[in-house]
Amino acid sequence: MYRGILMRLSQAVPVLLIFSVMVFMLMHLLPGDPALAIAGPEASPEAVEAIREQLGLNRPLIVQLLEWFSHIAVGNFGESLTLKQSVVSAVAERLPVTLSLSMVSLLVTLPVGIGLGVVAAYWRNSWIDACVMVIALLGVSLPGFWVGILSVLYFSVSLGWFPPSGYMPLTEGGFWPWFSSLIQPAIVLALFQIGFLARITRSAMLDVLDQDFIRTARAKGVDEWTTVAKHAFRNTLIPVVTVLGITLSLLVGGSVVIEQVFALPGIGRLIVQGILNRDYPLVQGTMLLFGFAFVVINILVDIIYTFVDPRVRYG
Amino acid sequence: MADATATILASGEAIAARRRFRVLRKLLHHRSFMVGFIIVLVMVIAALAAPLTGVDPNRMAIRFRFRPPQENWWFGTDQFGRDLFTRTLYGAQLSLWIGLSVAVLTGVFGAAIGVLSAQFRRLDSLLMRVMDALMAAPAILLAIGLGAALGPQTHSVIIALAVAYIPRTARIVRASALVTRELEFIEAARVAGASSMRIMFKHLLPNAAGPLLVQSTFVFAYAILAEAALSFLGIGPPPPAPSWGNIIAEGRQFAVQSWWIMLFPGFAISLAALGMNLLGDGLRDVLDPRLKVEG
Repeated sequence: MYRGILMRLSQAVPVLLIFSVMVFMLMHLLPGDPALAIAGPEASPEAVEAIREQLGLNRPLIVQLLEWFSHIAVGNFGESLTLKQSVVSAVAERLPVTLSLSMVSLLVTLPVGIGLGVVAAYWRNSWIDACVMVIALLGVSLPGFWVGILSVLYFSVSLGWFPPSGYMPLTEGGFWPWFSSLIQPAIVLALFQIGFLARITRSAMLDVLDQDFIRTARAKGVDEWTTVAKHAFRNTLIPVVTVLGITLSLLVGGSVVIEQVFALPGIGRLIVQGILNRDYPLVQGTMLLFGFAFVVINILVDIIYTFVDPRVRYG
Repeated sequence: MADATATILASGEAIAARRRFRVLRKLLHHRSFMVGFIIVLVMVIAALAAPLTGVDPNRMAIRFRFRPPQENWWFGTDQFGRDLFTRTLYGAQLSLWIGLSVAVLTGVFGAAIGVLSAQFRRLDSLLMRVMDALMAAPAILLAIGLGAALGPQTHSVIIALAVAYIPRTARIVRASALVTRELEFIEAARVAGASSMRIMFKHLLPNAAGPLLVQSTFVFAYAILAEAALSFLGIGPPPPAPSWGNIIAEGRQFAVQSWWIMLFPGFAISLAALGMNLLGDGLRDVLDPRLKVEG
C-alpha cells in the first residue's frame, strides 16, 4: 500500500518539472521583447530596463530557468509587479473565496448529479430518463457565464433574492450572508458538472444493473431497495470516483470565469486582472500553484480509489 | 493463387463497404444524431449566409442605438447601433471556424501522439508525462494563460485551446492503439515485414478512428463554449470582432435595460454546443458503444 503511494508520488516529480518549464516558457512566448510587452507601449526606456533587471530577463535563458527552479524549490512563486506582494500571499488572500465557491458548488453537484444519473438509469427509457438526459445535455451545453448574467438579472435584480455580486467572508458576516453571496454562483457553476456527472453515473449504473450479481440478488428475494442502494449503487460509485479529479478540475476552471460574472474576489479574478495589467509574474506564479495543487489532488483521488475499489492495486 | 488473393481482397473491400453503409444507416436512424446534425447544418448555413444581410457587422449608427428587436432589426441593435442579427451571424462564422480548427488540430496532434506512444514504448513515458503536465492545470486555465501570452487574436485562441485539449485526445487514441497492438493481425503484419510506420498508420490509427471522431466532436463543442468564455474575459479575438463572447461582454453593462444584446448570442452559443454534443452522443452510440446514451 505505502509502496504504491510512494511510487505514485515519484511519478508526479517529472510531471511537476515539465509543468514548471512550461509555465516558465509562457513569459518567453510573449511576442517580441517580454520586458517591453510587460511595460506596455507607453513606457520609457528606463522603465523597460528596470523591469528587465527586476525579472532577470537580461540574463541567459538557462540561468533564468535554473533560478526559476531554485525559487520554486524554496516555495517562492514570484513577486507580483502590480500588487507589491508575493504571488503566494496574493493567492492565499483570495484562496478562501475560490475554495468556498468550489466547495459549495461541489456540495450541490455531487448529490444532484449522482442522484439524477441513478434515477435515469433505474427508470431507463422512461420519461424520467428522458427529462434527466435533457437536463444533463443542457448543463454541458449552456455557457455558464451567460446563465450567470441571466440569473443575476432575474433572481437578484428583478426578485431581489440574492445580492447581485460581491463576497461576504464567513468571519465577517456569519453563515447566512456568506452562504447567500455564494449559493447563486455555486449553482450556476454546478450546472456543467451536474450534466457531466449525471451522464457518467447513468452509464455506470446501467452497466452495473445488467450484471449477474444484481439478477442473483433479485432472484434470491433481496428487496428492491437493498438491491439498488447496496449492491448496484456502491458499484456505480467506482467509475464515479475516477472522474472526481476531473470534476474538481472543471469546477475550479469554471470558477475562474464565474468569479468574473459575480465579482467574487477569488483566484480567477486575480488571474484575469493579472492578464489585463500585464502582470505576467503573477499569472505564472498563480498557474504554477494551481498546477501543483492539482497534481496533489489527483494523487489523493487515486489513493481514495484504492479504498473504494480494493481490486485496484499499484503494481 | 493470385486470383484467389484478389477474390479475398475484393470480398474484404465489399465487407468494409457494407459496414460503412450499415454505420451510416444506423446514424440516419439515431434520434439525437439527426437532431444534432440538423442543428449544426442550420448553424453552418446561417454562418455562410451572413453576407446576405447586406449589412456591415461593424457599421455603427448612433441614431439607431439600443433598438429592441423589431422588423428591421430582428435581434435589435447594440450601444453603437450595430445590427445584432448580422453580428450574431458573423459570430457563427468565427465560432464555427475556431471550433473546427481546434477540433482538427487536436485530432491530428492527439492522434499522432497517441499512436506514437502506443508503438514506441520508450517514447511513451516521455510523451505521457508531457501530457500529464499539460493536464495538471484545469484546461480553461491553461488556455487562458497561453492565450494571454500569445496575445488577443483568433489564432492564439485556436492554439491555446488545441494545446489544452490535445492531452485527452492523445490518451484516448493511445488507449485504443494499445488494445489493437495486442491483436493477432498486428503480429501477422509484423511477421510479414510491415514497418512501424505502416503498422501505425495502416492499422493502429484506422482502428482508433471511431473514438477519435467521437472525441473530436466533443472537442468542437468544448471549444465553442471555451472560446466564448475567453472572449468574455477579454482574451479572445479583440473587439470589434463580432465574437459571441464579445457581444455578451459588451452587452452586459446594458443588460438591465437592453436585455436583447446579450440574449441572442447566448442562445447561439448554447445551440451550437447543443448541436455538437448531440452529434457526438449519436456518433458514440454507433461507433464506440461503451457509453450508451440511448437504449
